[in-house]
Amino acid sequence: MKGDTLNASVEIQEADVREAGFAAVRPLLEIKDLAITFATSNGDVQAVRNAHLTIMPGETVAIVGESGSGKSTTALAAIGLLPGNGRVSAGQILFDGEDIANAGEKRMIELRGNSIGMVPQDPMSNLNPVWKIGDQVRETLKANGLPSGQDDVATVLSQAGLPDAARRAKQYPHEFSGGMRQRALIAIGLSCQPRLLIADEPTSALDVTVQRQILDHLDKMTTELGTAVLLITHDLGLAAERADKVVVMYRGQVVESGPSLELLQNPQHPYTQRLVASAPSLASRRIQVAKELGVESDELLAPGDATVAGPAVADDVLQIQNLSKVFKLRSGFGKSTDFTAVDDVSFGVKRGTTTAIVGESGSGKSTVAQMVLNLLTPTSGKIIFDGVDTSTLNSKEIFAFRRRVQPIFQDPYGSLDPMYNIFRTIEEPLRTHKIGDKASREKKVRELLDQVSLPQSTMQRYPNELSGGQRQRVAIARALALDPEVIICDEAVSALDVLVQAQVLNLLAELQSRLGLTYLFITHDLAVVRQIADHVCVMEQGKLVETGSTDDVFDAPQQDYTKALLNAIPGARLMLPPEVA
Amino acid sequence: MTTYILKRFLQLIPVFLGATLLVYFLVFSLPGDPIVALFGDKPVNEAVASQLRAQYHLDQPFWVQYLLYLKSIFTFDLGQDFSGRPIAAVLGEVFPVTARLAIMALIFEAFFGILFGLIAGLRKGKLFDATVLVASLIVIGIPIFVLGFLLQYFIGVQLGWAKPTVSSAATVQDLILPAIVLGLGSFAYVLRLTRTSVLENMSADYVRTASAKGLSRFKVVRVHILRNSLIPVITFLGADLGALMGGAIVTEGIFNIPGVGNRLYRAVLSGEGPTVVSIVTVLVLIYCLSNLLVDLLYAWLDPRIRYDS
Repeated sequence: MKGDTLNASVEIQEADVREAGFAAVRPLLEIKDLAITFATSNGDVQAVRNAHLTIMPGETVAIVGESGSGKSTTALAAIGLLPGNGRVSAGQILFDGEDIANAGEKRMIELRGNSIGMVPQDPMSNLNPVWKIGDQVRETLKANGLPSGQDDVATVLSQAGLPDAARRAKQYPHEFSGGMRQRALIAIGLSCQPRLLIADEPTSALDVTVQRQILDHLDKMTTELGTAVLLITHDLGLAAERADKVVVMYRGQVVESGPSLELLQNPQHPYTQRLVASAPSLASRRIQVAKELGVESDELLAPGDATVAGPAVADDVLQIQNLSKVFKLRSGFGKSTDFTAVDDVSFGVKRGTTTAIVGESGSGKSTVAQMVLNLLTPTSGKIIFDGVDTSTLNSKEIFAFRRRVQPIFQDPYGSLDPMYNIFRTIEEPLRTHKIGDKASREKKVRELLDQVSLPQSTMQRYPNELSGGQRQRVAIARALALDPEVIICDEAVSALDVLVQAQVLNLLAELQSRLGLTYLFITHDLAVVRQIADHVCVMEQGKLVETGSTDDVFDAPQQDYTKALLNAIPGARLMLPPEVA
Repeated sequence: MTTYILKRFLQLIPVFLGATLLVYFLVFSLPGDPIVALFGDKPVNEAVASQLRAQYHLDQPFWVQYLLYLKSIFTFDLGQDFSGRPIAAVLGEVFPVTARLAIMALIFEAFFGILFGLIAGLRKGKLFDATVLVASLIVIGIPIFVLGFLLQYFIGVQLGWAKPTVSSAATVQDLILPAIVLGLGSFAYVLRLTRTSVLENMSADYVRTASAKGLSRFKVVRVHILRNSLIPVITFLGADLGALMGGAIVTEGIFNIPGVGNRLYRAVLSGEGPTVVSIVTVLVLIYCLSNLLVDLLYAWLDPRIRYDS
């Protein structure tokens, strides 16, 4: 019965194609009513339900969704690499007309590599650390019956954009940077010229500029080879920019699919609408909470002092003057070389505003944050907080300083003590600074939970019972416990899914306008900067290359590096009607 | 790399001195007079006793005895045991026997431990896995002398599959059963270590990538799972060689093997300081060397580890 309806729908589709006047091209990959079930100790869990998508030869289709939406699971099913406890429980996966949903291992081994290739997500963990890069390419060629001499390996690697490939092939993965490893993985994925390439978040672990290069190169190669690409990503902007069609998955189901631009401009499903609205790469304006409340953020001078009238110039609560940090790197037998992580950086942070420091990994932005937090001692230069040079503080004054400057870190999983319940976590700074008695501290914790929109019942729970977004809210509540003036956010939203990220950013903006907080926001993500920052400092290799108001920097970047960074934001070049964003 | 090996060899010197000093001190502090013990039930002839004491320097204070012993080592004359045989000859006699036993045990535990561990890991939760897991727990749980006697009785005596005792020549054939007994505990450990390691590697991203390349299952297992899983196992095996050499005392006792353990036990009982210290020192050196070997093997297996910097 079911088979009949399926056949019927195929016939209808084919009829449609013919009617439209195209030659009846068979889809390369067609997923129909796919359901994937994982056997767990708590019984079967359905990870994917009724998934359907079609990829024509040479076409790029992106699956977009947040973590846990089933997008990777769907892709893994298409190459027959579901984890051991997962299985396709219903539906079909037609590869060039052949149902491979439950094909035997033997058939799948034939298909993998030369018909369906894969570029995995994390370049750090997807190369075997004990084999040379060349060996790992060679075995791919060999397994698929292609010539696998040294030259062949070098050719494959250099096609993927790896310079000096013949020599590089003799190196081990740990001698490669993340971008180079990803090139090696792309080389492996495309080495046998498959007809379909599954690219599972191929660049999400890389810096934006590297990300752009890699994606451009991947585009070029797949276009030349006529490879169809199934791109898995959490980034709607990236998907729209790179793919012909976008499939949006939410909680294991395909909620919407269609041509990329159409879907972005006119999202039908409420989830897609939310996703489009909060996609950081598409947002074009700063979150305007302050303005909605009728206050210009520049006018928020002193905390709780809204009576100060007039456009008085906000004072710099933090001044960074000629800050440098030199690390000594050991280079064997007592010798050491100097590594300048931060090189003569100066900027000011106005009270009640958000200043973002942007840069790629290794640019020294986190080192600046650590020095501002007084966790690292600067090699030279000064950090002036509220008129006082922080290097002159004695231990008692540092203790008082810590009360006024609080951090929020990147990893909400690592920065909360798993043995402390939420109440104890938030209460700890109060106890450390001997503020109030037991009853007043409990009252304060309740207030803080209210401020970050967490239910009070959260108090008795432990970090592992909370989601990533909830944990980051707890981290924010903890940072707020001491009524600080300045909060240093070191990649505070980088580990979160887009929707959660948008919520947390909104929360931060709202808290800022309510409490007059000053943020120093460290991030690699320019899209996030656009949403939260008033001022931007762009860092490159320890140096401050450009600074200015967010609008100026985004609208008229002066430096090539900043331009490259801005260009690299996925989806930046997409033109969307403003009301969508 | 060369400087690293050189450094490790230099480190052997303090280890050697410390070990000999410690063992010498322990033997020196044993209660009772070894010379008196030599007379057994007979009355002690004071003239003979003091002559023997002088011959073995037992009338000297501890430091003099120790330094005299060190001198004898560096002149390659280890002296004589209480029966008048040169200690060097005794060492030359017992060490090959125990080395043969230990190496056989090592081969047994490595081969079967890795094989069973790999299969168990690849078939997690299946019957084979469950069986070897329970069996290895039993082996680990039962003391070696109980296992030794059981195997000696059933396999050696009842079934007659192997010789229950060992001849004075201690041939390879003689040593099969003792080697299995000696290696059983470590076998169970190697099995479990391999299994855990295989399980961990099976879910590694690069293993999935290897499958995505189109490699056959066999290749994926051999090239990507097995080699990576062997790194901790080989580390354990190398260190275990030293432990097997020193730990053969019980096994040698059960099967009456004329090896290091037997001789050491007798020397301790009769208070023969130089013999005990000589044997233990060689054991300590073997232990240090096998550890060095492990560290070098480790670097060879895992290219991320380099000792140069």
